[in-house]
Amino acid sequence: MSALTINKLEKSFGGLRVTRDVSLAVEPGERRLIIGPNGAGKTTLFNLICGELRPDSGSIALFGQELTRLAGRRRAHMGLSRTYQIITLFPRDTLLRNVMLSLLGLDRRRWNPLLRFDAQADMVARASQALERVDLGHIAARPLAETSYGERRRVEIAMALAQNPKLLMLDEPFAGLSIDERRDVQKLLASIPRDVTIVMIEHDMDVALEFAEKISVMHFGEIVVEGTRAEVVNNPRTKEIYLGE
Amino acid sequence: MSGKRIAFVVALAALAILPFWMPGTYYINITSQILFYAVFALAIDVLIGYGGLVSLGHAGVFGITCYTVAVTLGAGYGHVVAILFGIAVTLAGMAVYAVVALRATGVGFLMITLALGQILWGLAYRWISVTNGDNGISLASRPAPFGLSLGSATAFYYATLVVFLFSLFMATVFVHSPFGASLRGTRDQPARMNALGFNVFMVRFCACLFSGLLTAFAATLFVYYNQFISPQALALTASAEVVLMVISGGAGTLLGPIVGAALVVIMKNVASAYIVRWNFLLGAIFVAIVVFVPEGLVPGSVRLWRWATRRRSTPVANKAGAA
Repeated sequence: MSALTINKLEKSFGGLRVTRDVSLAVEPGERRLIIGPNGAGKTTLFNLICGELRPDSGSIALFGQELTRLAGRRRAHMGLSRTYQIITLFPRDTLLRNVMLSLLGLDRRRWNPLLRFDAQADMVARASQALERVDLGHIAARPLAETSYGERRRVEIAMALAQNPKLLMLDEPFAGLSIDERRDVQKLLASIPRDVTIVMIEHDMDVALEFAEKISVMHFGEIVVEGTRAEVVNNPRTKEIYLGE
Repeated sequence: MSGKRIAFVVALAALAILPFWMPGTYYINITSQILFYAVFALAIDVLIGYGGLVSLGHAGVFGITCYTVAVTLGAGYGHVVAILFGIAVTLAGMAVYAVVALRATGVGFLMITLALGQILWGLAYRWISVTNGDNGISLASRPAPFGLSLGSATAFYYATLVVFLFSLFMATVFVHSPFGASLRGTRDQPARMNALGFNVFMVRFCACLFSGLLTAFAATLFVYYNQFISPQALALTASAEVVLMVISGGAGTLLGPIVGAALVVIMKNVASAYIVRWNFLLGAIFVAIVVFVPEGLVPGSVRLWRWATRRRSTPVANKAGAA
């Protein structure tokens, strides 16, 4: 059974078809990279998978469970977690509280108006662990507004990992990072255990190709090339539309 | 004991003995007004400050409680039934209000709440067979819980103080709870909260119900304080006034709405006795707040205090460094 199965997915904004007959199967534990030029429909595909957009037709299944018509929040409860291309965090809170919110999303206590949120020792411990995992444990109590862009990127990943996802979707996790920061994030992604399937959109080909086992190339909303690293890189269509050769 | 706790204990002690040091009944009544308007402002602050939802129709919800209590008493029921029924009807009304208003956020939410507030005002004004229209409804008496009559200013003040402290306690527990954190999250990043597994609509809906409950507490005190209710209490200006209390004091804080309520009630009742154009003065104060402490009096004062203490300590640190 595939971790993620997409079948003939279609989405249009008015007269513009942004996702055209997309079919995809990502196996459990796989590291899948989705590449394509700007406007190819990669983020739209992510938004369709995560439930932020509703497809016009087609189906999406996570480990065999149909989730095409399911609300985005329910998909998170089924083990789907994501990061955003444009950093989407809680700027008024500390790093620790950002990660705690992520944990709270899957916890029944999110409805509790009587407990003290900061006193939930198990959540504090798990959030601290998640921050340690991305090397931010030492600044867990720092307000997010006082952190660098690279640190925020890592908080995004910590929040996604804290939810113990089965499928982790990373939308350009290297965007805007310095060379050193890229290396750190690369190391971090490599350390994620195989029970987490990863689908990633990325523009930085150097780091992305090293990470990916299978690559899907999107162009004008379609998947035009799919295969292993070598197959995709050597495909003349890839060179034509993406690598510029 | 931390500075905050000491300040709280001192304020509590001052409020507990207030009738003994206030110069007269008039000022005790003014303090009662400040306290129940503070509860109303806290109710709005839950939505504005913690939920990012600016409601301009809350006076309508406030009016539901007032009229329900007045009509129930008029039908011959006792105070307990009237108060409980008032709260229940308000919560039911708030549920409908929330379902309609939460179809939008931002300016859309504000406009829908404004429209709903106007509908409720219109009902109070025109449904004469129930509300007695512009003439309003008078209440014959105040309740006497455990045999203690709330007829005097001092007794009513203490009843108001108890409700105020209970509401403040509830609001404090609420905003520091996991649910309060969820609500703040939906204010800052609703799409992200949805992706994290939160039901954004339901979080906002429950926050509206909590806000409705606090509004019902405030309205019950209001209607018993005045022993009268008329459509004026549901007018748009009444909603705007409470929103101004929250914004001037500091939205997203618990002390801010209380300070804002004190400011507006004192200006309306005390300053107006000495200054004919007190409305102008109140407007000027709001403009000054927006210019100098746009985040509100409470958070603004904290910011200015930190800035002043930093400036005072910097030269010493520099001298130490130079030495």
